Amino acid sequence: MRAAEALARAGLKPIVLDEAERPGGQVYRQPPVAVGRFSSAIYGFEAHKADAIHRVLADCRDRVDYRPGTLVWNLFGDRLDLLTRDGHAEQRFDRLILATGAMDRSLPFPGWTLPGVFTLGGAQIALKAQGVSIGRRVAFVGAGPLLPLVTHQYAKAGVDVVAALDATPFGAKVAQARGLLASPATFAKGLWYTARNRLHGVDVKHGIQSLRVEGDTHVETLVWRDAAGAEHHVACDAVGASFGLRAEAQLADLAGCRFAFAPDSRQWFPERSAEGRSSVAGVYLAGDGARIGGADVAELQGARTALAVLEDLGRAVDRREVARLDRALAQQARFRQALDAAYPFPRHLLDAIGDGEIVCRCEGITAGTLRQAARDKEAREVNRAKALTRIGMGRCQGRVCGEAAAELLAHACGSELQDVGRLRGQPPVKPIPIAVARLGVRSLENAAGALAESAAR
Amino acid sequence: MAAQFHRIVDRPGTPVPFTIDGEPADARQGDLLITAVLLHRPALRRFEFGAASRAGFCLMAACQDCWVRLADGRRVRACSTVVEPGMAVLIEGGGPG
Repeated sequence: MRAAEALARAGLKPIVLDEAERPGGQVYRQPPVAVGRFSSAIYGFEAHKADAIHRVLADCRDRVDYRPGTLVWNLFGDRLDLLTRDGHAEQRFDRLILATGAMDRSLPFPGWTLPGVFTLGGAQIALKAQGVSIGRRVAFVGAGPLLPLVTHQYAKAGVDVVAALDATPFGAKVAQARGLLASPATFAKGLWYTARNRLHGVDVKHGIQSLRVEGDTHVETLVWRDAAGAEHHVACDAVGASFGLRAEAQLADLAGCRFAFAPDSRQWFPERSAEGRSSVAGVYLAGDGARIGGADVAELQGARTALAVLEDLGRAVDRREVARLDRALAQQARFRQALDAAYPFPRHLLDAIGDGEIVCRCEGITAGTLRQAARDKEAREVNRAKALTRIGMGRCQGRVCGEAAAELLAHACGSELQDVGRLRGQPPVKPIPIAVARLGVRSLENAAGALAESAAR
Repeated sequence: MAAQFHRIVDRPGTPVPFTIDGEPADARQGDLLITAVLLHRPALRRFEFGAASRAGFCLMAACQDCWVRLADGRRVRACSTVVEPGMAVLIEGGGPG
């Protein structure tokens, strides 16, 4: 949104292809149709930022070609394949800014496929975009700053939050206090959420060692082991659980962008320069789709990336604005480094995953199947394991199971995580009707790939 | 059958009648299909690879857990589809989701 704004200000008319029906992305998500304002109370501190983002399009309506409800499902050279409300369409581009965002990072745990288990982000969307809670007695589990925030939002909305469990140790946060102060306002918000959660009777428990959800056909109990090893049972009818965020980088992959492994957050990101350039000329990256930074960073990067595009087009840019954005981004980077260290990846939860546990939600493929492929079929790389077990081949294309599958595979092989590779992006990046895929094909090779993928789901 | 979702923030919107397995149900304008169904039911579909039900997961059109079948033959992602008057959702009679 900020990139489109900066390009429009410079006199260009950018096209914004948005899969959602209304602008705002995930963090500033709006209800799908305008039904009056009910979400201002829910955004809390962020209400003014949400308003500002939602206003961008209104302010430059005739200078930005905004196309909501448009899924970009393939990228080939300088052409995008789209699924629009009216069916298939194509779009050529000379410059492309990918701002594909992030989603919750999921890890399997016993009971995680029971109805009533959602991601933290899903729990939040239910509240802010629909005004509904995911249950009456809700437990939250996390490994990132979304946990205290969602807990706060639910408690404030009057929902009974029966547990809020952080899989990362409290000591990690204390150790990073100095670095977290690089963004004092955000740090203060974190403290405020913690204080308010206590007032609502919800105390976030840190360093939990294990968790499982029990229930016959539905969520009934959350069982967890605290940092001291004691087991707790809490009755609930819904669980929101996820463990940090992961980049949605499939289109960057299809664009041929080079990826690099980030050891601190244990995931792969498309490489991006400080200015927003990818490794592919003409393709730029902004926001969480190239490195988890959060909504504030995404706004700064969007604006910065637009200036890089203008520079590459040979247009004059305001050097002071460039310097201001670069300073703000450098400060945010220090904060993010501390935040990543405050919420280390909870690898220990995966060690407890038994062979019978489902890793792939789409097709019910278990940890045992994956380990067996590693052991008996020498699958030492995730795409090989995908071919042998179908893990990561279901409807979600490994968005939900990919990280866990790679971790489990690396563990089974005795390899480092980066040595088992990453699942390659494949078109269509999301399920589309086969009729659309047929219209979108541009070569026999593409046709075969797309149809096989569609048929597979 | 117990509902999974509960309406917390009341908002305006005209009623939207639809059906779940033939039974009349009500939603509100602006409800997503996942909201409309889970305000009445504990799940959205039968899992096609085992004896279980599914009720969605990510709510941001990424995980593909919330596909539901409609009586007119369409299969839609409930978290990114707005409920429309007369939609006929099939859970039990819909075959594998």
